[in-house]
Amino acid sequence: MKKNTITKNRPHYINPYLGGVLLGLLVILTVYITGRGLGASGAVKSAVATTVDVVAPNNAESNPYISKFISDDHSPMYNWLVFESLGIFFGGLLSGILFGRVKKPWVEKSPKITSKTRLIAALAGGILFGIGSQFGRGCSSGAALSGSSTFSLGGVIVMLALFGTGYAIAWLFKKLWI
Amino acid sequence: MGPLIPNGIISGDWNFVIALLLGIAFGFILEASGFSSSRNIVGVFYGYNFVVLRVFFTAVIVAMVGFLYFDYFGWLDLDKIFILPTYLSPMIAGSVIMGFGFVLGGFCPGTSYTAIAIGKIDGLVFSIGLFLGIFIFSEIFPLFKDFYYSGYLGNVTLSDVTGIPAAWFAFAFTIIALAAFWITMLIEKRVRKNIKEYKF
Repeated sequence: MKKNTITKNRPHYINPYLGGVLLGLLVILTVYITGRGLGASGAVKSAVATTVDVVAPNNAESNPYISKFISDDHSPMYNWLVFESLGIFFGGLLSGILFGRVKKPWVEKSPKITSKTRLIAALAGGILFGIGSQFGRGCSSGAALSGSSTFSLGGVIVMLALFGTGYAIAWLFKKLWI
Repeated sequence: MGPLIPNGIISGDWNFVIALLLGIAFGFILEASGFSSSRNIVGVFYGYNFVVLRVFFTAVIVAMVGFLYFDYFGWLDLDKIFILPTYLSPMIAGSVIMGFGFVLGGFCPGTSYTAIAIGKIDGLVFSIGLFLGIFIFSEIFPLFKDFYYSGYLGNVTLSDVTGIPAAWFAFAFTIIALAAFWITMLIEKRVRKNIKEYKF
């Protein structure tokens, strides 16, 4: 009974330092096997390229950015990062099931804001992250984590500028969270 | 020996199977650490939950030190691994834009996928935003093409730029991380006393 209440009220997360060690070992394993690190935003880039290619093939070829990812041999979805990102989803689901966190669709938010506000902010955040990740040559996974781990100058720059900006502007959006 | 696939030790046919398996491990670690929750993630900026800093810094120092050992023992040819290229100004600008996206959205791309997996609509909306954002970027790309390719320094490491051996960076980063773990532990304790909107 006591254990039940704990499960109900407290999400079971693993020790963050254990999580960090596992994640670090995973970065090493990934580079050891494939020669490259982990990523996440690249899969969405492939999805955008595929969508544009299917909906408007002429636009896809004439767009100087999209055309970089389109070839005649195979769809842009036939890409390492797409399979890896599918894995991220299933790995998250596996952990969610194991720790009892999978629920019916819901919006997580601070009690001070409405669900609508939260979703607008999430959409805006996603759009900005999408745009930024293209200029940044990757997001927190590909550039900041994998890049910094392999001592890449660009990776360290993304890590510092990304988190630095977060700290600099957090007070602006305080109401969204606390 | 390594990297195994580029060196032909594991066939490239296995590439996508391996991608899926490594992705599953990645997603599992992210979710199990609490990154499927935006409120856990942004805690790093408001001082009430430093789980992002703990996981991220630990991962980077483990990986940095690990790579040095793999290189030392001759298990991994560091010349053959991918080094993220550096485009100075666009990368800084991109990271600033991502920083806004991070604080507004509460996720980064990888964590939003795990949030969708456990049923968070805000995670799904963030991912839709990513799609729209990258689409918008591709549409405005011609305007920013010169900027996008500016400040190119090559696929350089910290050692290439400074001449200081990688081990020193790993050492310095470890010290910084340990100091950050200790300081943020104190900050977290203090901030949590005054926050009621968030369950710990």
